[in-house]
Amino acid sequence: MSEFTMDNLRDIMRTSVGVEEGVDLDGPIDEVEFPEMGYDSLALAEVISQISRRYKVSISEDAAVELITPGAVVRLVNQTLAQAVG
Amino acid sequence: MGSPNTYANPVVTGIGVVAPTGIGAEAHWQAVLSGKSGISRINRFDPSPYPVRLAGEVPGFDVAEHVPGRLVPQTDFWTQTSLAATTEALADAKVSVAEMPEYEVGVLTAASSSGAEFGQHEMGRLFTQGPEWVGTYQAIAWFFAATTGQLAIRHGMRGPAGVICCEQAGGLDTLGHAKRLIGTGTRLMVTGGTDAPLCPYALVAQITNGKMSTQEDPTTAYSPFSAEASGYVAGEGGAILILEGPESAEERGVTGYGEVSGYAAGMDPPPGSERPPVLRRTIERALADAGMRPSEVDVVFADGAGVPALDRAEAAAITAVFGPGRVPVTVPKTLTGRLYAGGASLDVATALLALRDGVIPHGGLVGRLAPGCDLDLVTGEPRRAPVRTALVLARGHGGFTAALVLSRRGNGRSRDVPDIRKSTVKTTMGAAR
Repeated sequence: MSEFTMDNLRDIMRTSVGVEEGVDLDGPIDEVEFPEMGYDSLALAEVISQISRRYKVSISEDAAVELITPGAVVRLVNQTLAQAVG
Repeated sequence: MGSPNTYANPVVTGIGVVAPTGIGAEAHWQAVLSGKSGISRINRFDPSPYPVRLAGEVPGFDVAEHVPGRLVPQTDFWTQTSLAATTEALADAKVSVAEMPEYEVGVLTAASSSGAEFGQHEMGRLFTQGPEWVGTYQAIAWFFAATTGQLAIRHGMRGPAGVICCEQAGGLDTLGHAKRLIGTGTRLMVTGGTDAPLCPYALVAQITNGKMSTQEDPTTAYSPFSAEASGYVAGEGGAILILEGPESAEERGVTGYGEVSGYAAGMDPPPGSERPPVLRRTIERALADAGMRPSEVDVVFADGAGVPALDRAEAAAITAVFGPGRVPVTVPKTLTGRLYAGGASLDVATALLALRDGVIPHGGLVGRLAPGCDLDLVTGEPRRAPVRTALVLARGHGGFTAALVLSRRGNGRSRDVPDIRKSTVKTTMGAAR
């Protein structure tokens, strides 16, 4: 089982939707809500879509709307990966 | 705004350029005056499988320098060039949008190819990898209003917003429509437009119009009004122009490059019709809108299709209005190719710089003028001449036609030129000064 880390998420955010000026993605962003960092629903949809493809996980739209912080994304992706193995 | 001055002509107070002739209005203008062409063999992709191999490409555009990081993955090159040109134009106009009432500042751009390259990339993924591989931003990046939307969001401009799709004529239409909006209470409009028609998908779409040059020599491929005209070359980029009510400009202490004095648009009759092309009447209506006589026009920036029949039709319209060889005619777009949504916008920028500096820029001409084109075509080198009023013409594929009259501010009333005109527009302007 491959673990999905906060750095993996940072990488996807950087490369697929970019970073707003003045936002430090390398800081403690786990519980910072996405809109505060300039990511709207479209940006988040793109991030989730990228994760789904690269890590071959399936995240439902219902689950995706609950993902308001990077920490929540990392937890859900790891849960899903664990279930896929188990 | 409560100003009684609703009839006064709006003023262009800022110019931003991203074009094959350079990035920045001054770089473009210097390239135009020195006749430096931006047309060459296409570098953006390998053009060898296509019958068209030449284009005007923007040299050295550093996306990271001009576009915020968050906007790069969600925008086509078309929108990116407009973002860059708008930043320059607003700075040039010394406008701080944040300090203006947000609902009195609007955006109206021209679009033609829209986000074709972005769309091609995503469609490629759809057909080779599947629908889940299509990026989310395909939803907003390709379509015609994308640039207007991104500009409005980035700068917090919540006034009138729109997009005009009339191919090459669209740039003039944005200024004409913005002129009306400013007459009815909007304070400032971001107008003009850019285009990015250089990807295989967009190019093959253009080739179907049958008007493109298939020559491979960049020095001779696009030569409007020439006996050897062989079609046109396409190019990317364009210009963004800040249009503002004269009282707003005055309040801010900005003089501006010139005013939009007159505008008209028309649509050609369908192919096979016995009615004449609409260009002549469109010129006459634009001059009437400006309250000017043909003899007051100092230079015509021609559409310059480069297609013999279209060149003859344009020459005939110019000659019918002005008389044979009676007005200098120039086609500086021979240095850039036709930029579609960005083409007329760039011509307006060039014309305004000509008004500023009192010089008529030249275009290229291969060989001799074609029979039936009795024009005083400015070629070889720029011509020093008083330039108080310029007429810009544009025709878009499908019959779109537009004409715009630009004048130096206070034309006819400045200290060195006696006031001989009595139109309502001029009287109102005079009262405001």
